[in-house]
Amino acid sequence: MTSQPQPPLLSSSHLLGIAGLSPSEITALLDLAETYVAQGRSGDKKTALLNGRTLINLFFEASTRTQSSFELAGKRLGADVLNMSVKTSSVSKGETLIDTATTLNAMRPDLLVVRHHDAGAAELLSHKLDCCVINAGDGAHEHPTQALLDALTIRRRVGGFEGLVVAICGDVLHSRVARSNLRLLSMMGARVRLVAPRTLLPAQAERFGVEIFTDMKAGLEGADIVMMLRLQLERMAGAFVPSVREYFRFYGLDRTKLAWAKPGALVMHPGPMNRGVEIASDIADDVEVSLISEQVEMGVAIRMAVLDALSRTIPREGRNV
Amino acid sequence: MMRPVAFKNVRLIDPASGLDAKGGLLVDNGRIADIGPRLFNDAEPSDPEVIDARGLALTPGLIDARVFTGEPGSEHRETLESASAAAAAGGVTTMVVMPNTNPVIDEPSLVDFILRRAAGTAKVRVQPCAALTKGLKGEVMTEMGLMREAGAVAFGDVDRTVANARVLRRALAYAATFDALVVGHAEDPDLTAGASATESEFATRLGIPAAPAEAEAMIVARDIALVEMTGARYHFGQVSTRASLALIAAAKARGLPVSCGVSAHHLALNELDVGPYLTFRKVRPPLRSEDDRAAMVQGVADGTIDIIVSSHEPQGADTKRQPFAAAAAGSVGLETLLPAALALAHDGSAPLARVIDALSTAPARIFGLAGGTLAKGAVADLTLIDLDEPFQLDAAMLHSRARNTAFEGRKFQGRAKMTFVGGQCVFDGR
Repeated sequence: MTSQPQPPLLSSSHLLGIAGLSPSEITALLDLAETYVAQGRSGDKKTALLNGRTLINLFFEASTRTQSSFELAGKRLGADVLNMSVKTSSVSKGETLIDTATTLNAMRPDLLVVRHHDAGAAELLSHKLDCCVINAGDGAHEHPTQALLDALTIRRRVGGFEGLVVAICGDVLHSRVARSNLRLLSMMGARVRLVAPRTLLPAQAERFGVEIFTDMKAGLEGADIVMMLRLQLERMAGAFVPSVREYFRFYGLDRTKLAWAKPGALVMHPGPMNRGVEIASDIADDVEVSLISEQVEMGVAIRMAVLDALSRTIPREGRNV
Repeated sequence: MMRPVAFKNVRLIDPASGLDAKGGLLVDNGRIADIGPRLFNDAEPSDPEVIDARGLALTPGLIDARVFTGEPGSEHRETLESASAAAAAGGVTTMVVMPNTNPVIDEPSLVDFILRRAAGTAKVRVQPCAALTKGLKGEVMTEMGLMREAGAVAFGDVDRTVANARVLRRALAYAATFDALVVGHAEDPDLTAGASATESEFATRLGIPAAPAEAEAMIVARDIALVEMTGARYHFGQVSTRASLALIAAAKARGLPVSCGVSAHHLALNELDVGPYLTFRKVRPPLRSEDDRAAMVQGVADGTIDIIVSSHEPQGADTKRQPFAAAAAGSVGLETLLPAALALAHDGSAPLARVIDALSTAPARIFGLAGGTLAKGAVADLTLIDLDEPFQLDAAMLHSRARNTAFEGRKFQGRAKMTFVGGQCVFDGR
């Protein structure tokens, strides 16, 4: 059982996107997550903070890493965790997202983590549910915990964001990770670049206050952080790029291209990786430059921080002890 | 026999004759028996029902050239009867109903079905637009001649662009044989596949699948070329971009028989009104940039856009309460058509007479319908309008079965007070 009521960290009881956060809220979440990094590395990883709380992981898209990260975060905080994977086909066969939400609401969860293939799904659920809603990815809109964990990883390695040059490379068009990251990093004072072929850049991307590059050499020059994005296989083979080998030739990160960035530049990837498509294996596995494993560790800590912060907005009297 | 109806002290607005003056109008036997500024000044007809409408405007009944109902096939959304109640309450005396029902209205017996159902249930006139191609598939042309005889007033595949230019060329040439009106939809089907918004910074921020606005004008250009080849009378059911208007204005200047409509939504709202994924504002074509919206208003004012439509499209909670990309497009609009259009006159964007013309006289002319005029002898389809009454839209007050309005909570100025079809009062909101 928790002893002291914790001070609130967030103004909202939902985490729908980075767009709804202020720089001070982001800093507070990162600071809180630091304590959970320490806890995760200690012998006793578990606390009773969320004892009696129910966390539902509602995933309309398959996800191993995000779902298990939230599950572990919930369990380490003492919550009861229920994983629900909903095949999209059964939903499109009649039950609407709202119906699903109403059903879930009747189970009285305290926290709901949702991933959905359509932008705005988490926002829609937040209007219909009485619990805290956490967006674990909605279409090509936002994936806020990914951006927060990336920020935590960066801050721990390089100390801060002001003036940092971050090149986000690859399928920006379809990427919620890119959208959340560019929002967060710009807000915290970093200089964000997007590097991609024209077919994988969203309309009016330059209006986001970022620099756009279609040439990887120019885009990586002087970059402190190279953030690679996953290129989904169904988007290759002629639809957005002509072939895997052509994509790797011009946009896949290998030693030659990495040498264009600032000496000592670090490489990130939200996973899962397509080795040999957007990133060469030897870079992905090089612990000197790759932060990929660290990102996963920070993922659990960030999600613990988010669950902790949001649970502080739940009224105590509703709690069933 | 109906009693004659005498309107006294009304502001008569008749775009067909250019009349805009105080006066009176007499309805007898379903027709306009007399009209004039000095009518009833000296004597009143014997035993009429007198409507002293001081301060109100009397116009030809409004004609909405783009109405979707759910009949047949989706009666839970809207029937001809429920749509007609909404129409009457919105001052609309004639609805041109779209053929994308289930089954599709693509053969004479189904045209006949619509007309018979309407005769039995609807409060206002119903005129069917039939499909241009069988099943709206864009492959085989329909029996336009027979369906015209059955009562279809136009032919079109509604919200689908006929992708195959050869099919459309032949359909237009065949339609021209009968001088039939073809109603087209301009959205490149490949560019717009899967899209629910106009490509823009805003859509990028929301992460909604989007298509470029140019997808409209490129089909407008193609279809104008086909009109030039075939001589068919062609009406773009809805346009929404400045680029489309430039092409249509140029085609009209060359004397081509093209016309176009715009929905009230595209006059009143822009892409930003989607806000945080408001699916009730998801329409087709999607809401456009402010520059395109302003071009639509200007197009109505200068007459490049001939008519204003509601594009009334009923949807249920099952199809609307979804994530934005999955939600159905469309908004009900019969009851907001007039108030939304009047905003153009109130804010000085377009003369009132032009607005009424776009709502009545022009659609009557283009679709070849009775009404659209206050001339002596014309059918007494009339709308009595309070041009100034302010109100805030409450979806719960709508008469249509579906309540998916894009205008929930919007403040309007002006609304229909009474609606007459063939001299008979079908709505009295006084």
